[in-house]
Amino acid sequence: MTRIPIVIDGRTVEAEPETTVAAALLNDGIWGFRSSVESEPRGPVCAMGICFECRVTIDGIPHRRACMELCRPGMEIETGG
Amino acid sequence: MTRRSHPDVVVVGGGIVGAACAWYLAAEGLAVLVLDAGFPGGGATGAGMGHLVVMDETEAQFALTSYSLELWTALANELSADCQDEPRSTLWIAADEEELALVEAKAEFYHRRGVAAEVLSSSELAGEEPELRPGLAGALHVPGDRVIYPPAAARWLLDRAVEKGAAVQTDCRVEEIGSGWVRTARGEKISCDLVVNAAGPEAPRLTSGLPVEPRKGHLAITERYPEFCRHQLVELGYLKSTHTEAADSVAFNIQPRATGQQLIGSSRELVGWDLSINRRLLAAMIRRAFDYLPRLAELQVIRVWTGFRPATPDGLPLIGPWPAIDGLWIAAGHEGLGITMALGTGRLLAECMVGRQPSLDPAPYEPARLES
Repeated sequence: MTRIPIVIDGRTVEAEPETTVAAALLNDGIWGFRSSVESEPRGPVCAMGICFECRVTIDGIPHRRACMELCRPGMEIETGG
Repeated sequence: MTRRSHPDVVVVGGGIVGAACAWYLAAEGLAVLVLDAGFPGGGATGAGMGHLVVMDETEAQFALTSYSLELWTALANELSADCQDEPRSTLWIAADEEELALVEAKAEFYHRRGVAAEVLSSSELAGEEPELRPGLAGALHVPGDRVIYPPAAARWLLDRAVEKGAAVQTDCRVEEIGSGWVRTARGEKISCDLVVNAAGPEAPRLTSGLPVEPRKGHLAITERYPEFCRHQLVELGYLKSTHTEAADSVAFNIQPRATGQQLIGSSRELVGWDLSINRRLLAAMIRRAFDYLPRLAELQVIRVWTGFRPATPDGLPLIGPWPAIDGLWIAAGHEGLGITMALGTGRLLAECMVGRQPSLDPAPYEPARLES
């Protein structure tokens, strides 16, 4: 199957087919998806939509759960929010 | 050093009002013991938005809110960071021409009393808050108001009281208040010279005949969306809803927090001590907010909670002696203004208790006014 071009923090990356945004970020070596109120890094814990730790901005919409979104061609993902 | 066998004053309730009373009383040199049924800020204090606001419904309400806001503003450089104190102006929003006339009257009230306030036109309002729906008539901008995180502010005030020699006991529920004593749920009877009932909505449980009832409210808070709103936004109809005799009501009220979160209110209902979330009323409250801020619907709420405001029949707090019991003083019944009024209340109460010239005329707040 063909790989999916997505944009992570302005960089175009080829995601594996049928992967979630969380998996794509981890495959790209990113563990800190966002920052807590006290600026500590946060990343996926449950990977099933419950913990809300993996939130990122997707196509301009903040606080999307990375583990619950499949990668789509051209998707723009911003971490560190 | 001599040790007294008992405190001069027992303050029942370590919420923001009790904490402020304890601080000012300790500053007067009295030995103060604060007893809280749970943890400080866990009651009505934790259900307040922390809007430090000048109000204008009556002269007495204005006097206490504006004096208290001055005291809060003077503390701005001392409060700990977790109090999240910051200047954050209020926009009282007029939806139509009828409400705009009220805005103008409100502006005049403030101007005559030396409070800064300016009327914004429809387009000026849209410029200040781009997320508001188009077509609103205007607003009153009150730049001197502030925001605080109430539970942290209550803890900060208690810490200051402790520095001045006060003691604080948490998880210590008071079951009964008498003349010169309180009895705790553990069965301990503590003697003292004076008692302050600052138990918020629970105050009448300890002082029968106190005209305070629990008026429930809902709050919802979103994830962090910095700059979604820039001011504390309140619909002018809020004032109408707070006066309504109807069983329940909602009004649009949103507050941007220092964290970037948006805190959404408000609802009012009289349902006794039922803390459960009323989904019908919560939905009405949220829909009301969407009505003013359509894109709020795209934001994620992370928590909803309820609490009780201590409401009095005339909308003013009870601050002063309780004539039926010698040595008993009341600092309760602040309804939705307890956070703002806490400092003025504590200061006024302490001044009256030690016989000092009070900073404000205490008469409008004296509990005896409501005795039947």
